[in-house]
Amino acid sequence: MYGKGLRALSISTVVAMALALGLVFFYAPLEAEQGFLQKIFYVHVPLAIVALCGFVIGGLFAIQHLRTRDLRWDMRSYVAIHMSLIFGVATLITGSIWAKGSWGHWWVWSEPTLVSFLIVFLLYATYQPLRFAIEDPERQSRYASVFAVTAGAFVPMNFIAVRISTAYLHPRVLGSTSNLPGPMRLTFLISIVAMALLFATLYRYELTAKHTRQQVRALRRRLAGEGTSAPRQGRSAVPSLQAAGAMSAPSSAASSV
Amino acid sequence: MVAFVLAESPALPLHTAGKYVAAAYVVAFAVVLIYVAVMAIRLSHVERDLGELLALSERSEQEPSAPAMAADPERESVLP
Repeated sequence: MYGKGLRALSISTVVAMALALGLVFFYAPLEAEQGFLQKIFYVHVPLAIVALCGFVIGGLFAIQHLRTRDLRWDMRSYVAIHMSLIFGVATLITGSIWAKGSWGHWWVWSEPTLVSFLIVFLLYATYQPLRFAIEDPERQSRYASVFAVTAGAFVPMNFIAVRISTAYLHPRVLGSTSNLPGPMRLTFLISIVAMALLFATLYRYELTAKHTRQQVRALRRRLAGEGTSAPRQGRSAVPSLQAAGAMSAPSSAASSV
Repeated sequence: MVAFVLAESPALPLHTAGKYVAAAYVVAFAVVLIYVAVMAIRLSHVERDLGELLALSERSEQEPSAPAMAADPERESVLP
């Protein structure tokens, strides 16, 4: 089942988050230029990295969906993008707070890093309305996968474009992790691991919850005397696993994702 | 232990940057907390649905025995 291993994953996440917070506030030294304000770096940058990786992973799942036509991949793609949007909101807000503390402005439109992330976020913000706009579940999942693949390819391109741009107005504490002193690098890497574990836990949690809700719906229809393959009632942006008869327990290979 | 942690800790939010750092971390965890709260509400809906389904399945299990009970008037009903 999707919930398998969720407890171990949750415990690992709590431990990693506690460790990361301990390192941020009690181990990592203060940065020379920004001082204490630089501590935002350890939450903002991992959030952004994990959110962008989540978008790319959503695109990879969408490729699998288009290849196999298995609706479980569509569900995984949907949930990955959904979680990345939540992380994206947190990234934008923490970035804005950092900008206010560092530059005295909540938002700076001339800064490519901020604006490019906003563009990516707004691009993905259209994903759910796109799904909701298409009533036919088969078409909905196909179009959404094409969108996820296209937008997923846009994410690394966007990242590279920002990197090769010459503006360095953003409070760029590092060009790469190799520029950081040892304790800062260790803290940063553990913060990324903790954030990735948080993403993975919430992703599995959401996937399990969606699967359970659909199973309950299928059971309700069965008890009411309707077939489990009956069309779903009303319009929804959430992928339906029932159309392909995928309500049974996922295969071992698939559930390991 | 607390004294040791406080002694070892770097400059905790005692200057102007502190409020921004606190705000950033609070926001990050508030977003997760809101998400978990939404999931908890959805979980309560699933629980309610499962309760309804359990009642429905109990009812459908009891229905086939109704003709048999009608055929045997001596049999005592346990139904409310």
